[in-house]
Amino acid sequence: MNADGPVLDITDFSVVYQTPAGDVRAVSQVNLALHPGEVVGLAGESGSGKSTLAYAVCRLLRAPALITGGSVTYRGRRVASPTDVLQLRNTELQQLRWREIAIVFQSAMNALNPVLNVRDQIVDAIRAHLRLPRKEALEKAGGLLDLVGIPRSRLRSYPHELSGGMRQRVMIAMALAADPEIVIMDEPTTALDVVVQRDILAQIVELKESLGFAVLFITHDLSLLLELADRIAVMYAGQLMEVGSAAELHHEPAHPYSRGLLNSFPSLHGPRRDLAGIPGIPPNLLQPAAGCPFLPRCAYGTDVCRTVDMHLERVASGADPDHLTACPFVLPETPPPGPPHCGAEQELQA
Amino acid sequence: MSSNGSSEHAHSREVVSAAAVRGPLALEAISVSKDFRLGRGEVLHAVRDVSFALYRGAVVALVGESGSGKSTAARLLAGQERLTSGEIRLDGAPVEPATRRAFRRYKSDVQLVFQDPFSSLNPVHTVHHHLERPVRLHQGGKSRAEVAGEVAALLEQVRLTPAGQFTPKYPHELSGGQRQRVSFARALAAKPSVLLADEPVSMLDVSIRLEMLSLLDDLRQRFQLALLYITHDIASARYFADEVLVMYAGQIVERGPAEELTQQPAHPYTQLLVASAPDPDNLGGALRDGRAGSFRRAGGAPGGTPAARQPATAATPERGCPFAPRCPLAIDRCRSDNPALLPVSATRAAACWRLDIAAPGVLAERGGA
Repeated sequence: MNADGPVLDITDFSVVYQTPAGDVRAVSQVNLALHPGEVVGLAGESGSGKSTLAYAVCRLLRAPALITGGSVTYRGRRVASPTDVLQLRNTELQQLRWREIAIVFQSAMNALNPVLNVRDQIVDAIRAHLRLPRKEALEKAGGLLDLVGIPRSRLRSYPHELSGGMRQRVMIAMALAADPEIVIMDEPTTALDVVVQRDILAQIVELKESLGFAVLFITHDLSLLLELADRIAVMYAGQLMEVGSAAELHHEPAHPYSRGLLNSFPSLHGPRRDLAGIPGIPPNLLQPAAGCPFLPRCAYGTDVCRTVDMHLERVASGADPDHLTACPFVLPETPPPGPPHCGAEQELQA
Repeated sequence: MSSNGSSEHAHSREVVSAAAVRGPLALEAISVSKDFRLGRGEVLHAVRDVSFALYRGAVVALVGESGSGKSTAARLLAGQERLTSGEIRLDGAPVEPATRRAFRRYKSDVQLVFQDPFSSLNPVHTVHHHLERPVRLHQGGKSRAEVAGEVAALLEQVRLTPAGQFTPKYPHELSGGQRQRVSFARALAAKPSVLLADEPVSMLDVSIRLEMLSLLDDLRQRFQLALLYITHDIASARYFADEVLVMYAGQIVERGPAEELTQQPAHPYTQLLVASAPDPDNLGGALRDGRAGSFRRAGGAPGGTPAARQPATAATPERGCPFAPRCPLAIDRCRSDNPALLPVSATRAAACWRLDIAAPGVLAERGGA
């Protein structure tokens, strides 16, 4: 047991998509660590590179995606020494995936095979990765359904006979088949109703507590992460903008983009807040401009931002050395600049 | 609660819509129902005896989970499905789009915006084509130059400027937000008085949603649109709508002014919805304690999947309150009699036998008023 160090350490990690028009820099020099038993949330809008990052870490991407730099170090209880995932051969990767790092994919609707029943799919996965005899695999499949609260009678059901929430639970059960150290969840609840979403999230937390895996939770819904995650990494245009505890992100957001995200969602609880949103659209990653990628949408931006070297640094005025931001100018205590400039948001308040 | 059944029913229509203060009545649904025959004699009651009204310049939100019938309600209002029973009135006159011409006139007044901007635009046509057609159809007799001018004006109204840059583009060249703006412009091309927006922002990124909602709000004000905002996100309804209607299994189970209803929900289902919404101010609270709101344990059925987890489906009971199988407060009466939507205050109504337990605070206010 090495409980102190991170179970997964991503350093200076970069991924590009090679296109005829040039390289699209989907992930640029990302540094992120995942500690045992921790829930790290990765937040960002579509195209920010959050899914690319997660899949590339497991080396699930194929050409035209190319990992251009960095390292991914895995330190699990069951591996003798730290492993650099990027150096593994295919057979070794086979050992790593599912047993050590499992993924719950975004759309359970498409991730399950529609012509196989639930039992056959779970048994397939178990036998492929754990090499159990069929009888034991069957027993284990039943046990996995127990784990996520689906009656064993559902083993014979086909995916179309299950509700969206149940399908997502089956996906989670399959991911947990080999007792992994890390579970990567890519928008696992986005397609679900709020009531079902909340149930599944609570179940993930329960399972995490009892089984002790770490979670990398990818979503565009920051409000959900604030409640769920221990730490949150905010990603924009392939780069990390801010990393901090959920409380820090919520109460002392440093980066203007995090502030924008926090001001984007209406909250049901508490007093009505002034919402501003984030005007503009994300940059083209084919020809990224120098300096800060968020500058065209940033209300705090100045000319200096065009030339600034973007990398995560400790928040200068913060107490926590693990609260990092990529913006060297805006601090948690920096007041918001002028009136918000999104036009009609005052009318929303009316 | 009154024991006089027939007057109870008449009562339910006397609730004053919180949207009525904004402007004159535009579109009205009166006891509208829609059944779908599933074969083998099974019938799905997608919309059951639903009544509400839209007013010019006001936003009414229809909130519910998938399968609750909210999209079917929108399709009925848009004239895309036939009513099984009930009546729809536009500006006070019953709508019977029997002839093509009458149907087209109705479609000019009542426009629908779809959820998915990726599939609701035709990938082989330009933005210009998408807007030119409705302009020609609904504003006939325009010259080529006038049509082009109208298309440019529409794009400016939805803040796609400069318009000339967007007209030759194909949908795949636009971002999701830009596509949805084109959908809005297409709906506006018919110069409608009523806009039915079916989950208009749920496919968009959180950071863009607010901008789109404020654009819709801007259009509502500028054109005095009567807006029906269909969503599963009750938090956005709180900020955006005047009145909120909560739909469950085809019925409206609660209605009231947006702020009051979301802050003090009366119906157990609305309470469940509100409790399930992410609450950033409750950092790690309920979730990390392994509690999914107060309903999870209470709704659990022994020896199987907790009933509260099951969304309403075609299997909703024929008799009784449709929410009874998931409701922690359900008693025998709930399983045998379906409660009517009864007023709890001048502007609020709820359909529940157990309001005295579910929402004593809301009832107390009624008593005082």
